[in-house]
Amino acid sequence: MKPLQDLLIIDLSQYLSGPCCTLKLADLGARVIKVEKPETGDSCRSMYISNVNMNGESSIFRAINRNKESFCANLKNDLDKKKVLQLISKADVLVHNFRPGVIQRLGLDYDTVKSINPNIVYGEISGYGTEGPWKKKPGQDLLIQAISGVTTLSGNANKGPVPLGLAMADMLSGGHLAQGILAGLVQKGKTGKGCKVSVNMLESMLDLQFETVTTFYHDGGQPTQRTESNNAHAYLGAPYGIYETSNGFLSLAMGAIPKLGELLDCPELLVYQEFNSWYDQRDKIKQTLANHLKTNTTEHWLSILEPADIWCSDVMNWERLFEHDGFKVLDMLQTVEMSDNYQYQTTRCPIKIDGKVIKNKKGSPFLGENNESINSEFF
Amino acid sequence: MLPLEGILVLEFCQFMAGPSAGLKLADLGARVIKIERPIHGEGGRQIAIKNLFVDNSSLVFHTVNRNKESYAANLKDPEDLENVKKLIAQADVMTHNFRPGVMEKIGLDYTTVKAINPALIYASVTGYGTEGPWVKKPGQDLLAQSVSGLTYLTGDRNDTPTAMGLAVADIYCGTHLTQGILAGLVRRNKTGKGALIEVSLLESMLDFQFEVITTYLNEPKALPERTKEGNAHAYLSAPYGVYPTADGHIVLAMGSLIKLGEVLECEQLLQYQDPDLWFENRDEIMLILKHFFASHSSEHWIKKMEAEDIWCAEVLDYKNLLEHEGYKVLSFDQVVTLTNGEKVHTTRSPIQINDQKLFSKTAAPRVGEHTEQISKEFNLM
Repeated sequence: MKPLQDLLIIDLSQYLSGPCCTLKLADLGARVIKVEKPETGDSCRSMYISNVNMNGESSIFRAINRNKESFCANLKNDLDKKKVLQLISKADVLVHNFRPGVIQRLGLDYDTVKSINPNIVYGEISGYGTEGPWKKKPGQDLLIQAISGVTTLSGNANKGPVPLGLAMADMLSGGHLAQGILAGLVQKGKTGKGCKVSVNMLESMLDLQFETVTTFYHDGGQPTQRTESNNAHAYLGAPYGIYETSNGFLSLAMGAIPKLGELLDCPELLVYQEFNSWYDQRDKIKQTLANHLKTNTTEHWLSILEPADIWCSDVMNWERLFEHDGFKVLDMLQTVEMSDNYQYQTTRCPIKIDGKVIKNKKGSPFLGENNESINSEFF
Repeated sequence: MLPLEGILVLEFCQFMAGPSAGLKLADLGARVIKIERPIHGEGGRQIAIKNLFVDNSSLVFHTVNRNKESYAANLKDPEDLENVKKLIAQADVMTHNFRPGVMEKIGLDYTTVKAINPALIYASVTGYGTEGPWVKKPGQDLLAQSVSGLTYLTGDRNDTPTAMGLAVADIYCGTHLTQGILAGLVRRNKTGKGALIEVSLLESMLDFQFEVITTYLNEPKALPERTKEGNAHAYLSAPYGVYPTADGHIVLAMGSLIKLGEVLECEQLLQYQDPDLWFENRDEIMLILKHFFASHSSEHWIKKMEAEDIWCAEVLDYKNLLEHEGYKVLSFDQVVTLTNGEKVHTTRSPIQINDQKLFSKTAAPRVGEHTEQISKEFNLM
């Protein structure tokens, strides 16, 4: 039995943060009904990336919303709203990501919902919380990244701000919401009582940076200093970074610099005997390493460093990764199918339960695809 | 009442991924006991950023292990192991991140432990799963980023592969670990049975890229191409990116280029009437915007664009952020007091329950700080 079997989730959210939370819950066994507005549905349906269209809609919508049902309803229409409230009255979980204030206007705030279904676990995501000067700002990933300080951490010192190249704030806040909802369900399973779970994207990004924010508080507010070259973590000493080799790249995590000097036959590194110098002199050390590692292949260096237990790795793109046995053995991909038999390949849930990977064949729904079946089942 | 009150978690994990999950569970109300080897404790106590240590453990350790207790045990000592098994018999959850095979040698693998406590949620973190050629490879954040393809998404086109500058693999994997554990507890409430939960850094990094990998798999397999300058997402159209201004930087998210051209009175943008061009010609469009924004301050541009609902923001560093009213209103920081009286100014949990922010005054423990107390409480030798 999948852990969340028999749980019903009503998902009013759109784009990525809320929907990636409900995707995890769906894969863990819950039934997720996406409530979508008429005509356009979840705005993510038309948010194309790389101009890629999969069976008429955006590839990211297809990735985020597989394994869900779609119920099309206009929350501003009395009849439709009544139906949605009826669905909510039967649900274990509700999820939304409207901006603060909107959910009250729709009459679906926690107090109202609680009066219909006292034991529901009610989950919400906002951009910046419900008070303060930013509460009305759009809760969009890149804007949150910019504000959160995270763009000061990646890339080399001579670059401007470098955003993380994925929607980290969306996915992390969705991950935190899933945690809060699941904790609420644990409690509900014991006491019968529900609760309200709130997260916001800014706090999720700050939580991601809890090490460096704590460091900032501790070191008297020193500005973040990325390394001049090969930066991979602004607060770590050499050799931490990605280095060019004669035929590719090599990443080096931890390792004593003199030991690296011996192994790599790079005598210039032997002068750094002091542990503190690996941080204090990291720019110089990294430059020395960068010059040296260019002189031979990734395979050559790995064949020396891996047997010596130095934490290092080849740097791969997807093409090379997907052909590697280390990837194939994970069985990480799956093919899913939509109701019109259109099939597409995507990744599976990353959590294994009782020794088994979790897969599900159900593709993403067309807008309102399940209205009829939901109508006859619930109304 | 916090949702996980009454849940006992034994944390055999070290470093970041596992302990970050333990911290989330602790802040949600669980009691988390770290099982650490005597004297030195877990390896993460010696891994520091900026070489910063507090009370003999790294500041990072204190950040990720607050709100926990510590029980010292040598798992290779039969008597200690017996005591640990007694603890396991009464626990709800245990987590570990030993490499595959190690727990079997110690005698705390799932099959053995399940016999002691069939209702236990047994959760493990590995680097790359439990079989295949990478099983023995170190499960370390930068290495997991490097094999996963992730480093081709951040930075600009001419940059070498660029890691995300923090432990994203550890942290994201920690969220999956927490989700799996909690889902196991939800099921246990119904069935009374425990569960085995397994996650790995690599699978978490692949899940992290699920949107772009799905796009890649269903296209004529074009690898990601970062924009020439100001890249923020290899797959998104202009204007998505970072731009310098006269006194700093701003970001622009997705939106109509035509509307942007009108609001900014930047006529050059109006030639791109076909939205397909916003992706195809994004390098030249971003270059136009870069030159355009150079003439005025960030504040000038943000004011102008926000008034017209264009998605934009000023780029802040920690100083500007932490002094900002928008940050202060969150009350996101808290101060914990260590055993030696020193204070650590850190952050709180990002999850709120019933509109309550979750604070905890409990700092990270010293190695074995609670051994005696726990021994008494659980009737151990």
